[in-house]
Amino acid sequence: MRFLFKTDYAQDLKLFKHSGQVFWYATLVLLLLAAPFVAGEYLMSQLQFICIYSIVGLGLMLLVGFTGQISLGHAAFLAIGAYTEALLQARGVPFAVSLPCAALTAGMFGWILGLPALRLKGIYLAMATFAFNIIVVEVLTRWEGLTGGNAGLHLKPIELFGMKIDGDQSFYYLCLGLTILSILALMNLLRSPTGRAFVAIRDSEISASCMGVNLATYKTMSFALSAGLTGIAGALYAHKISFISPEQFTLIASIELVTIVILGGVGFIHGAVLGAGFLIVLPQLISIAKDYLPSGVSGAGLQSVVFGLVLIVFIIFEPLGLYGRWLKVRTWFELFPFYRRGMFRRQKSYMKSERLR
Amino acid sequence: MFLNQVLQLLLAGVAQGCVYALVALGFVLIYKATETVNFAQGDLMMLGGFFALTASVIMGWPYWATILFAVVVMAAVGMLIERIVLRPVLGQPAFTVVMITIGVGYVLRGVVTMVPGWGTDTYTFPTPFADGTFKIGGVIFAVQQVAVIVMTAALVTVLYLFFRFSKLGVAMQATSQNQLAAAYMGIPVRRVNMMIWGLSAGVAAFAGILLAPVTFVHSNMGFIGLLAFPAAVLGGFGSVPGAIVGGLIVGVVEAFAGRHLPEGFKDVAAYVVLLLVLFIRPSGIFGETARKKV
Repeated sequence: MRFLFKTDYAQDLKLFKHSGQVFWYATLVLLLLAAPFVAGEYLMSQLQFICIYSIVGLGLMLLVGFTGQISLGHAAFLAIGAYTEALLQARGVPFAVSLPCAALTAGMFGWILGLPALRLKGIYLAMATFAFNIIVVEVLTRWEGLTGGNAGLHLKPIELFGMKIDGDQSFYYLCLGLTILSILALMNLLRSPTGRAFVAIRDSEISASCMGVNLATYKTMSFALSAGLTGIAGALYAHKISFISPEQFTLIASIELVTIVILGGVGFIHGAVLGAGFLIVLPQLISIAKDYLPSGVSGAGLQSVVFGLVLIVFIIFEPLGLYGRWLKVRTWFELFPFYRRGMFRRQKSYMKSERLR
Repeated sequence: MFLNQVLQLLLAGVAQGCVYALVALGFVLIYKATETVNFAQGDLMMLGGFFALTASVIMGWPYWATILFAVVVMAAVGMLIERIVLRPVLGQPAFTVVMITIGVGYVLRGVVTMVPGWGTDTYTFPTPFADGTFKIGGVIFAVQQVAVIVMTAALVTVLYLFFRFSKLGVAMQATSQNQLAAAYMGIPVRRVNMMIWGLSAGVAAFAGILLAPVTFVHSNMGFIGLLAFPAAVLGGFGSVPGAIVGGLIVGVVEAFAGRHLPEGFKDVAAYVVLLLVLFIRPSGIFGETARKKV
């Protein structure tokens, strides 16, 4: 176990707390950079998806995990990013311009959706975002002149500064680069006063506002930033699939996106990436398992059952998600033999009422 | 003539709204007691529809026995879900619990497709009400619609009497108002919570039976439940009369939007109304507005 000896305040603000972290993350990045030379086409495609979903996960983590707001409508922002990218590309706008535009458009809608969030709490906020998602999908379906309705839109490969990004490898590097940038941006944000204000709002709105955090500004900002990140992911997603249509962005998709955060671990940046990886790997595992199951069980419903069970089991037995489990395992080894069972137990186990009586 | 048309739409809207109201009622019952929003309510309704289908088509039971069977079985299922899944997460943040009910919904939807004889097909559900119509003063009443309205009204009355006069009903009210105080008064809060889940699942089964002739019975029938969310929120998530009113509003708005607005508005009208209401009254029409005191 490593003991950090802190000698000045700047150490608390460092992105990497100690040289061990620098070493391991650098190794991970090097491995990921080397991946295209080792992995096959299929694996590369999965890695690209993991990168894209990680960016969505980061956006949601900012909102759900660090600001404590609920969103069941993030597929709508994904859709807005994807459609902005598709429409701009069709009009000949270069990727270097259209990607920020996708992020900005999604961010703007996020800001708009953040406005009611100022007054709504808990379940009402979930409902508002949920209604927003349904309305966006319906608009995309019906506004055929712009979006092509259910027929969808096709996208051409990206051209970035004269280079054509059409191969698996170059697109992978683009996704990976944007993911790493997003992670660094989020880490940077969270150590700044803005990020601390977000966390303060999550922990207690009343105490946050007492400490001078402007709830309105920060909540809308969190929504906008989260939606912006999701918009970037949407643009990448559109290029990855190269065909987008409204039914990819329904409420079901939103729920899947939220499970990234839940399965990965709410409140950890690592959680967003782990959750995304898990969400991509799970269907593969299921399709492998199907070969060994009786035919009555291995129908269309299997995926839904496994998905639901995973969600239930995680929430009951591992509320901190995959990253929480990793933390526990690591602590067990670090402290061996002094690990105690209650070390990560949450204190609040009584019925916490949101109603105000 | 115009008035007749309006009345006609109103009737269709109210009939559809009754089903939404019943699903919304299920949400509200559970929310009031345990502050959990049950996203699996629509799927409970679907499961109820399938049990009713089994009883009526495969076993050939009469309609009333079918209803009884589905409601009782679903009540048991509801209690089981509460005991196994919900009780371990009692007291965790609302969002976590919402996610767990979403998980339950996924499992139910998947399990239904695995049961032999149910599967992914769509089934028609036979009812004793003929497809007949009758006419009063220019307004055409479909027997089906009237039956739905009457049965909903009957169920709501029964529930009202239950909550007002029976010992268990009063205990449920007490639990939903203040769990701690209820526990001090000697009410077994956990058992009552379990029973509320059972009651809510039973109501869902009833809604499923009423809905079955309209949408048919299939494994994705539960998505109708999504339309009951606006209903419950419109009424304010803690209010039983609110759920009924909200359900009727959603049904009527939907009917009128389908008739008078361009295509596509029908499906989102309820949500547009929902967003508007939430902008103006952040906790629904009948919701409690209170501020937390520090």
